[in-house]
Amino acid sequence: MVKKIIGRCYIYLILILMYLPVLVLIAFSFTEATNVGEWTGFSFNLFPRLFQSEEIMTALANTVIIAITSALAATILGTLGAIGAFYSKKRAREAIDLATQIPVVNAEIVVAFSLTVMFVFIGNIINVYMFSFWTLLVGHICLSIPFVYTSVKPKLQQMDPSLYEAALDLGASPSKALGKVIIPEIMPGVFSGFLLSITLSLDDFIVTAFTRGSGLLSGEKKIETLSTLIQAKIKKGPIPPEMRALTTILFVVVILAVIGVSIYKNRQDKKEKTRRAF
Amino acid sequence: MAEKDYIISLQGVTKSFGNNTVVDDFNLDIAKGEFVTFLGPSGCGKTTTLRMIAGFETPTSGQILLNGEDITRIPPHKRPINTVFQRYALFPHLDVYDNVAFGLKLKKIPYEKVNKKGETVTKYRHFTRQEIDEKVMRALKIIDLEDLENRDISTLSGGQQQRVAIARAIVNEPEILLLDEPLGALDLKMRKEMQLELKDMHKKIGITFIYVTHDQEEALTMSDTIVVMKDGVIQQVGNPIDIYNEPVNAFVANFIGESNIYNATMVGKLKVKFLNRVFDCIDDFPLNEKVDVVVRPEDVEMTPVKGEGDDSRLKGKIVTKIFKGIHYEYVLMVGKSEIVAQSTKDYAQDSFVYIDVEPENIQIMKRSSTENVYPEAYLDKNNKLIISDAEFDVDITQLLKGSHVDDALYLIGPDGKKYDLDDADVIASIDFNDVQIVDGHDNGNVNGTVVETIYKGDHYAVLVRTAEEEDYILATDDTWNEGDLVSVIVDPSKIRLVLKGDLSKYEVE
Amino acid sequence: MKSNEAATKTPKADKKAKAKRFFALQRKYLCIPYIIFFILFIFAPIVIILFYAFTYEVVDPATHTAHFEFSWQPLVNFFTDPSKINVLFVSLFIATITTLICLIIGFPLAYFLADKKINKNAVLVTLFVAPMWINFVLRTGATRDLLTWFGINGGTHPYLATIIGMVQNYLPFVILPLYTTMTKLDKSQIEAAGDLGANPAQVMFKNIIPQAIPGIVSACLMTFMPTMSSYVISDVLSEGKITLFGNYIELEFTNKAWNDGSFMAFVMLLFIAVTMFISQKFGKDDEKEAGQW
Repeated sequence: MVKKIIGRCYIYLILILMYLPVLVLIAFSFTEATNVGEWTGFSFNLFPRLFQSEEIMTALANTVIIAITSALAATILGTLGAIGAFYSKKRAREAIDLATQIPVVNAEIVVAFSLTVMFVFIGNIINVYMFSFWTLLVGHICLSIPFVYTSVKPKLQQMDPSLYEAALDLGASPSKALGKVIIPEIMPGVFSGFLLSITLSLDDFIVTAFTRGSGLLSGEKKIETLSTLIQAKIKKGPIPPEMRALTTILFVVVILAVIGVSIYKNRQDKKEKTRRAF
Repeated sequence: MAEKDYIISLQGVTKSFGNNTVVDDFNLDIAKGEFVTFLGPSGCGKTTTLRMIAGFETPTSGQILLNGEDITRIPPHKRPINTVFQRYALFPHLDVYDNVAFGLKLKKIPYEKVNKKGETVTKYRHFTRQEIDEKVMRALKIIDLEDLENRDISTLSGGQQQRVAIARAIVNEPEILLLDEPLGALDLKMRKEMQLELKDMHKKIGITFIYVTHDQEEALTMSDTIVVMKDGVIQQVGNPIDIYNEPVNAFVANFIGESNIYNATMVGKLKVKFLNRVFDCIDDFPLNEKVDVVVRPEDVEMTPVKGEGDDSRLKGKIVTKIFKGIHYEYVLMVGKSEIVAQSTKDYAQDSFVYIDVEPENIQIMKRSSTENVYPEAYLDKNNKLIISDAEFDVDITQLLKGSHVDDALYLIGPDGKKYDLDDADVIASIDFNDVQIVDGHDNGNVNGTVVETIYKGDHYAVLVRTAEEEDYILATDDTWNEGDLVSVIVDPSKIRLVLKGDLSKYEVE
Repeated sequence: MKSNEAATKTPKADKKAKAKRFFALQRKYLCIPYIIFFILFIFAPIVIILFYAFTYEVVDPATHTAHFEFSWQPLVNFFTDPSKINVLFVSLFIATITTLICLIIGFPLAYFLADKKINKNAVLVTLFVAPMWINFVLRTGATRDLLTWFGINGGTHPYLATIIGMVQNYLPFVILPLYTTMTKLDKSQIEAAGDLGANPAQVMFKNIIPQAIPGIVSACLMTFMPTMSSYVISDVLSEGKITLFGNYIELEFTNKAWNDGSFMAFVMLLFIAVTMFISQKFGKDDEKEAGQW
């Protein structure tokens, strides 16, 4: 009983400490003061100011575009890679598995630095300035592609190997069997790989800062994402007040997502329980 | 011409994975509408054969003809053959209806159309929704699952999944239905039910069934024809009654049903001696031929011995008695030999009975041999016999009467001629009784694994296979289990050698 | 008649056989784009880094053209520059402290979270991971502003502020693998230990901790390396007063010191190789699970 109380208290204490900075930002998103810690009266003004800030909106849009495009590309490449590797000979499969581990454990700064050095290197040879949206995209794919691979791989391993043969047996050509049986079977893995890719891309700062060029909504200027924009701002001073409003919105979205996921999980568990009863 | 009579013919089909030959020269013709079962222990090549018919494996050599047409290299999705898989392989992301409709939705059917020029051309179209609907419903009706069309696969019981797997295959109206141990995952009661249902279904829809199982009872219950396989080789093809009553060798007899198997000798015209008695029989074998005899437990007739009894009749003592529901199973001892007998009559434990067997119930089988023969053996420079990797210290003077071996290991003939037998090819043979078996590796001449044991009444015939695929058959009193790791001890002085070719070519000056 | 039939059938059968061979190989070939991507954007950059790490630019005085020559210069520069060695030690120090603090906080936390009596569903665990979905730079900024408000600003307490920031950021990475191993603990073993008279402390040190070793190892790996190489946290929280490996590589990049920067990246890669080796040995399952987040 004592253990139960101590345990609960400890869990909630750490939880509060972890959320404290964000919660404070959220609290101060309802006042217009410049610094956190100053309360200049309750106000919703930061929210319209946030949406009027062209700078932030541009960065937000850029971030979303990059996240979606890089996640899509990484998901397609990673899924095909996982399928191909799974059906390759053992040696080839093990080599690909090991290679996939490299970017997983590699430090982001090394990924960013090495890619950038390579782009400079190639740019010098062919005399072209390489940095653009495309280099940025490649950088983000590098970050997320191994995670797509690792989330698809276990689904392939769990799949009954005779499913593919059953599809062929029923008259599906190999490509149809792939599309109608294998892909649907591994879809949960593909989906979680995609979500993970989005998360990694949204959060990334270092690779973006290194590999970006001009383009997207930033036009002639270097592409600005939320991460790079915020970093530039907080180097000079406190978090801009509008960003506090942004935090509040992001937090609400995240909490809604958590609630959604847990409801979905509970349902799945229940489904499984009823299935087992049969 | 002959090809036309059969729906499918396998001609000299061989499949090897690397050095391992899984199916060896498989020849079989199957008539339309037949229910054929491939029966054998695991690893006998039955599933591989089925997979070659389905198209998942390509034979290393040989041909598979479907209606006389070579389909050996046609991919599985283009064969009019469907499979019911061992663990069903139902698509978990589709419901019952969509699983059954899977093949139909992909199928293209030819139809004739008159084009603008007035010519009739053959075009292809998919089934319409309505056609698919009708076919799926009909298939679900056959398997008695009409109400479950919208159910998720994971909510079905094993038996129901099994039925859906069958419906999914037969809905495509294949010419041949392949079933790969389809009942293996079901419990005993369910399995019995499904056996009858499958048999019924076969009658109703009239297509050819090729069924793979290791369960002899299943094979006997369901099949028109049974193909017994062992080590990738067909042992016997026949209808269940023939296979049961007239097994061609001890392996088949042992594998199908319970049986008493004895070493026997032909001692006269239609007379065979085993259990130290002479029996009348109906199979004609040459005099003095060593044979195997099979007597089924239900064919052993017992009569109680009253008083002192008649010494001229075969007597046995009941040592075990087990009630099996409709009959008793007895184990009788005759001298040192055991006989298993079944009877509905109740005899007392430890009592004596007379034993009779009707001549037609004695199945006599040609014995492949009574000795191990190694035609690929050779001698090395130390005059040791080499069989695969094993070395034996044999007496090579047996190759030439009156000879001896000198210090330099040359064979010296009685006439003083010198022979160098290094690398001489010989045929070595070892009697089953001269081979001993001991537990564990590295305790004898050769290491191996027990792959087969057959009880011969008073001893076991045990087949030990080495890593180099060399077989040693031996007779032993002890029980060994398949898969035991053992060593084989051979008394080298008992190994008989025959030189390949003439001795003179090994002569040295 | 029959031979005629055979003659017309052969090319068709041949085509089919070819088609089959093509399709049989097809699934395997799906990984070709993946492999090409890896070669171009994962391996090639590393090779170029290795090239730069062991070469130096030499300008030919006669022609005034520059070319690269094999050289130990970047290595010598690294080991003779006190500021670089300092960066190495500071990075190791901060990474070690962060990892230790994360473990000390995270281990009991994971233990309590895995206890069904205390935590009935997995939603709480999700809540610990959820902050990761709010922009990381924004979170770092929030921590900094909060600490400034509390008077612990980077200018006066750079180490304290940085370590607080690191722990704040990497704690979820420790909780997840530990939680996964804790849920898999063999309960009967723990009960048996208690039954055999071990006191709670003995149960913890003799049974639970040894069982949780794979989780601990992978938790360490997921904290140590990222801390060493992190850029934003140290940059923002220490207000530029603490330079970690990540910051220094960035600095070399801005100064266009490719060779010295590459050598530092190479040192980093060596650390990573060790990490990979350790993770291959211990944390096999946990990596997969961690990959789900």
